[in-house]
Amino acid sequence: MLSSTSLSIGYHQPLASGLNLQLRPAELVCLIGPNGAGKSTLLRTLAGMQSPLKGSVKIDEVDLHSMPALELAKQLAIVLTGRIEAGNLSAYALVTLGRHPYTDWRGNLTPRDEEAVQHAMRLTGSDVLASRPIHELSDGERQRVMIARALAQEPKILLLDEPTAFLDLPRRVELLQLLKRLSRDTNCAILLSTHDLDLALRIADKLWLLSSHGELHIGLPEELALNGSLARIFHSEGIEFDHASGAFKVHQPTCGPISLHGDKDGVATAWTWRALERIGYEVHDNGARHPVHVDVLDSGHWLLTTPKGKSEHTTLESLIETLSSKST
Amino acid sequence: MPTSFPKLGLRTWIVVLLIVILAVAFILSLTLGSVHIPPEQVLRILTGGEPDKASWTDVIFKFRLPKAVTAMFVGAALAVSGLQMQTLFRNPLADPFILGVSSGASLGVALVVLGTGAGGVSAYITGLNVFGDLSLAVAASLGAGSVLGAVLIVSRRVQNTITLLILGLMFGYLTNAVVSLLIYFSQPERVQAFSLWAAGSFGGVTWNQMRVFSPVILSGLVISYVMIKPLNALLLGDEYARSLGLNVRRARFWIILSASLLAGVSTAFCGPVWFVGVAVPHVARSLLNTADHRALLPASMLMGSSFALVADVIAQSPGSQYVLPLNVIMSLFGVPIILWVILRQKQLRQSFAS
Repeated sequence: MLSSTSLSIGYHQPLASGLNLQLRPAELVCLIGPNGAGKSTLLRTLAGMQSPLKGSVKIDEVDLHSMPALELAKQLAIVLTGRIEAGNLSAYALVTLGRHPYTDWRGNLTPRDEEAVQHAMRLTGSDVLASRPIHELSDGERQRVMIARALAQEPKILLLDEPTAFLDLPRRVELLQLLKRLSRDTNCAILLSTHDLDLALRIADKLWLLSSHGELHIGLPEELALNGSLARIFHSEGIEFDHASGAFKVHQPTCGPISLHGDKDGVATAWTWRALERIGYEVHDNGARHPVHVDVLDSGHWLLTTPKGKSEHTTLESLIETLSSKST
Repeated sequence: MPTSFPKLGLRTWIVVLLIVILAVAFILSLTLGSVHIPPEQVLRILTGGEPDKASWTDVIFKFRLPKAVTAMFVGAALAVSGLQMQTLFRNPLADPFILGVSSGASLGVALVVLGTGAGGVSAYITGLNVFGDLSLAVAASLGAGSVLGAVLIVSRRVQNTITLLILGLMFGYLTNAVVSLLIYFSQPERVQAFSLWAAGSFGGVTWNQMRVFSPVILSGLVISYVMIKPLNALLLGDEYARSLGLNVRRARFWIILSASLLAGVSTAFCGPVWFVGVAVPHVARSLLNTADHRALLPASMLMGSSFALVADVIAQSPGSQYVLPLNVIMSLFGVPIILWVILRQKQLRQSFAS
């Protein structure tokens, strides 16, 4: 277990202080916060790559910053942000580098080392990439290989600095699912920093929410949303977070209120809601009828009622076009 | 388990192939020269037999054998040194001299050849074999050694490897300026003696000098061999290397020590021999298609030796009395080969971009 007591992080000025953190086995924690809040600094300090200004970090009651480097390498592994470029290196050869703390002076792999490497590659689904050169891999594949390399160290703690940064949305979801599964399968404590609040809220066991003023809020994702911590922190960054939908409010209403009455399963209603918000309406579905009203019909049609009359639409596009032309 | 995992390390048949090539190059360099001595005669002389012409024994033992041994040592030394520098700095253009070791050596030599008063200097100029004189080697060693010392002291202090690179480059410019200044104020024949040294030659190392030369090269190679594992850890950069438990500062110290010893001693005895150090590691990487130093280091060593031997044979322009400058030959014949190998692979950028 990784823990810190009254930890201060930063270079000369503390970015955050008085941090009492705990990272438990088989736990997936997402570190969220705006740029410049010190996410990387916190990760680097917890990884022993940077000294704390005050306080200490411990792994199972042993001070991390005074632990011999080789000992630490067997307990804690990292995946850094940024692309790794090491040409002429196969994925397999790269993952074997993770055995460095265990191998002899020449770096020769024992059968036990090879087993650990192959196990790590299978766990991350990168075994099929084994003989491919690193520079031919896609960003998502490369990230899997880098995680396999870290796992080959057989760490108790895995720290990842923005592992999803270069990935497209499906890859991001996949990667977070992979990390979640790894935390269960390997009993490893996993901490990652990310900008993907939506994904983090859905997948993390715990959130560490670091504000640009150096406050750290820790809790279940849902709890931080419920008690308003998320909204508060992002409000101070100038973004509105909506408790109810668990997402950022992107649109400022400019067209006044509209009421919406939905179909049975609600999917069409949800997307209609988004479309209306996007073009600037303040959407209500609390039953009250506003002068401008939309009914989502079960047949997949939309019925628009305005003070000027009614119209039926077979596509969302025609509904939105009618509303946009009305408002201009 | 359906997936197959590749085997790593150096394959035996490659080692055998490289050793065969080296052996052929070695015999070739003893056979060819101003006089042609047939290979079977060379073998007879080496095994202690009597050749057809008695004078051939002298040619082999006094000239060709020390030259060939020197070429093998220097080729191996510079290739290994270049490989270490390229990995340490993660830069394809890094060569053994990048930290200014050869600049230091040439400053030492320039000060002796160009800078000293009239007196003893004429000896260097009039003597046909400029390199035979030990004082040049001493001057070059002192120059290279003091740069090496300075670099090692700095390397223990700075965190960032690139800082070292910039310091080395700056030092190179500085010594070039001083050497140019010395050349500007020197007599033409001294300048010629200096440029003769700067052209590089394997021919100047006598058996006596070999007693100093070879142990230093060997110890440099031994250190480089011990640093194989740290070099591999450094492939992903300093931060990952540190996270793997490597003491990066200490590893860097020993890598620089080994690389600079190899480059410094080579330069001191043979002049600055360009090209081997930057090219051979690339060829090894391309042909072996690996970045694993367990394979690259021995392969570079063997390939560097062969390359130096062949270049030297060509520089002797067999059958004639002319001896061409070694560095000229290296570039003229080496560049096309290396371009072919590297362009064929198209991986240079990926090998180093960071």
